[in-house]
Amino acid sequence: MNELLEVAGLGVVYRGRPPVRAVDGVDLTVGAGQVVGLVGESGCGKSTVARTICGLVKPAAGAVVFDGIPVTPLGLRRRPAALTRIQMVFQDPYASLHPRRRIGAQIGDGVRAAATRGGEPSEPAWWLRRVGLEPDAARRYPHEFSGGQRQRIAIARALAARPDLLIGDEPISALDASTQAAVAALMRDLAVDSGAGLLFISHDLSVVRLIADRLIVMYRGRIVESGPARAIWEDPQHPYTQSLLAAVPVPDGLGTMPAPPADEADYPLEPVLR
Amino acid sequence: MSRATLEITGLTLRISSAEILRGVDLSLAAGRIQGLAGESGSGKTMTGLAVLGLLPAGSQVTGSIAYGEQELLALSPRRRNDLRGAEIAMVFQDPSTSLHPMLSVGAQLTDHLRHHLKLDRAASRARAAELLGRVRIADPAAALRRYPHQFSGGQRQRIAIAIALACAPKVLIADEPTTALDVTVQAGVLHLLRDLATEMGLAVLLITHDLGVMSAVADRVAVMRRGEVVENGDRLQVFTEPAHPYTASLLASLPGAAGGVRTLDDVRALREGP
Repeated sequence: MNELLEVAGLGVVYRGRPPVRAVDGVDLTVGAGQVVGLVGESGCGKSTVARTICGLVKPAAGAVVFDGIPVTPLGLRRRPAALTRIQMVFQDPYASLHPRRRIGAQIGDGVRAAATRGGEPSEPAWWLRRVGLEPDAARRYPHEFSGGQRQRIAIARALAARPDLLIGDEPISALDASTQAAVAALMRDLAVDSGAGLLFISHDLSVVRLIADRLIVMYRGRIVESGPARAIWEDPQHPYTQSLLAAVPVPDGLGTMPAPPADEADYPLEPVLR
Repeated sequence: MSRATLEITGLTLRISSAEILRGVDLSLAAGRIQGLAGESGSGKTMTGLAVLGLLPAGSQVTGSIAYGEQELLALSPRRRNDLRGAEIAMVFQDPSTSLHPMLSVGAQLTDHLRHHLKLDRAASRARAAELLGRVRIADPAAALRRYPHQFSGGQRQRIAIAIALACAPKVLIADEPTTALDVTVQAGVLHLLRDLATEMGLAVLLITHDLGVMSAVADRVAVMRRGEVVENGDRLQVFTEPAHPYTASLLASLPGAAGGVRTLDDVRALREGP
C-alpha cells in the first residue's frame, strides 16, 4: 500500500521512575485527501502520536514514514524542506501564536516554508480570507482576536506552508461549543480541497465523527478500535469505545445522565480493526 | 415553587468603562440545579464571582443579591468573609490550579473547617475523611496525607468539590466544573453533583458552555449573552422550544443526535448562513 503517512509499530517511552510507556505498538496510515480522527481520553497517548509524527518527540520503537521519507526527530538544525510538508495546529491558540508579531508576519513564515520547496508564492491576506477572516487582520496582533479567530489564524499559518499532511492536536477543545464544529469542518474542507491528508486528534467524539473518514480509538497507549467513522459511531464493537460513546451527554433537554464509567475499569487491549 | 435560597435581581457590573453585566436576574432554590449557559465573554463567570464577592478591583456593582434575609451587596467585607466558603462555596474550572500544589489534601480540606466551624484538629480530620469518602475518593484516610499531583484530574475535581462542601454550604457555585475533564470522568462528576444537590439540599449554580452537560443535570437553564440573561426556563422547554433566537442558534450549532448538526453539510450551511 502506498499511503501518504505510514506509522508502524510506534512506541514512545518517557523517561522517569518508572519509565512511562506512553505509546505502545501503534500502526496507522493516512492517505492523501483522507481525514483520520484519533480519539481517546487524556493520557492515552494521542498527542504523543501526533508529536512523534511531526518529529517533536523521539520514538523508542517503530518508524514514521512520510511519503517515503523517514521522519527524523527535530534537532537544532533547520528541518529538511521536505518535512515542512507536515504542518501542525496545536491545542491552545493563545500559546501557539507569537504575541508580539503581526498576524501577517506569522502567516508569512508558512508562505516562506512553501516557497523554499518551490511552491507558488502567496499573500498572507489570501490565506486569511480562506479561513473566513478579514484580510486587514494581517496588520494586527494575536491579542486583538478571540480564541476561535486565533485558531483560524493558526490554521491559516499551517495551510500557508501548503502541507500535504495537516495534523490537528485538539485544535477545537479551547473553543466555544458553538464554534467547534465550524472550525473542525473548516479544517477538513481546506485540507481535502488542497489534496492533503488530515490527522485530527480530539477527545470530542461528536465532532470528530462529523469530519473524519476513519476513526482510531486509543486507550492506554494502544489502538483498541479503528475503522470507518460512521460504522464506529453507530455500532462500536470494543467495550472501551462503547463506554466512551455512552459517556457523551446528549443535549436533548430530557435530563438523561450519561452513563458513569466503572471505577478503575480495565478494558481488554485486543484491538477491533475494521 | 419553594422559596429561593438565593435571589439575584437586576445585577449590573461595570469594570472601568466596560459593561460586563447588564441586569441579570436569577434565582437558586434548595436541591435544584440552575444552569447558566453562554459563550465565553458573556458574563457567566462574573455572575458567579459577584455572588461570592470575588470581583476584580474597581468593579462597580448595582442591583441585588439576596441570600435569605441578607443583602449580600450591602454586607461588610468581614461578614462577607464569614459567608464565603461557609455558606456560599465555589468550585472552579481547573482543579490543577485551584488546589495548592504544596499543601497536602488534608491541610486544604481542614483549613476552613477549623476557621469557620472552629473544629479542633482531630474533629476536622475526621470530617475531612468523611467528605473524601462522600466524593468517592478511595481510602480517604491515606488520601488526606497525599498531595494534589498524586491524584488524577477527575479525582482532583472531586477533592475540590469536597473542599467546597466541607462547611455544609447552602449555595454552590460550580464554574465549568467538568470542562477540563474527559467525558468518562465528567459523567462521574455530574452524577456526584446531582446526588449532592438532592441529598444535601444544595442550591447549585452550574456555569457551563457545554449544553450536553446542561441537559444532563440542570433543572432550569438560563442562557446569557453579552451580560444579559436572554432566556431562563425549564430544561425541557429551553432545549425543545427555545423562546429566544440566540438559544435556538446555540442549539443549532451543536453536533450530535439532538443538536442541529448531523452531517458535515449542516456545519457548512451554518458557516455560510447569516
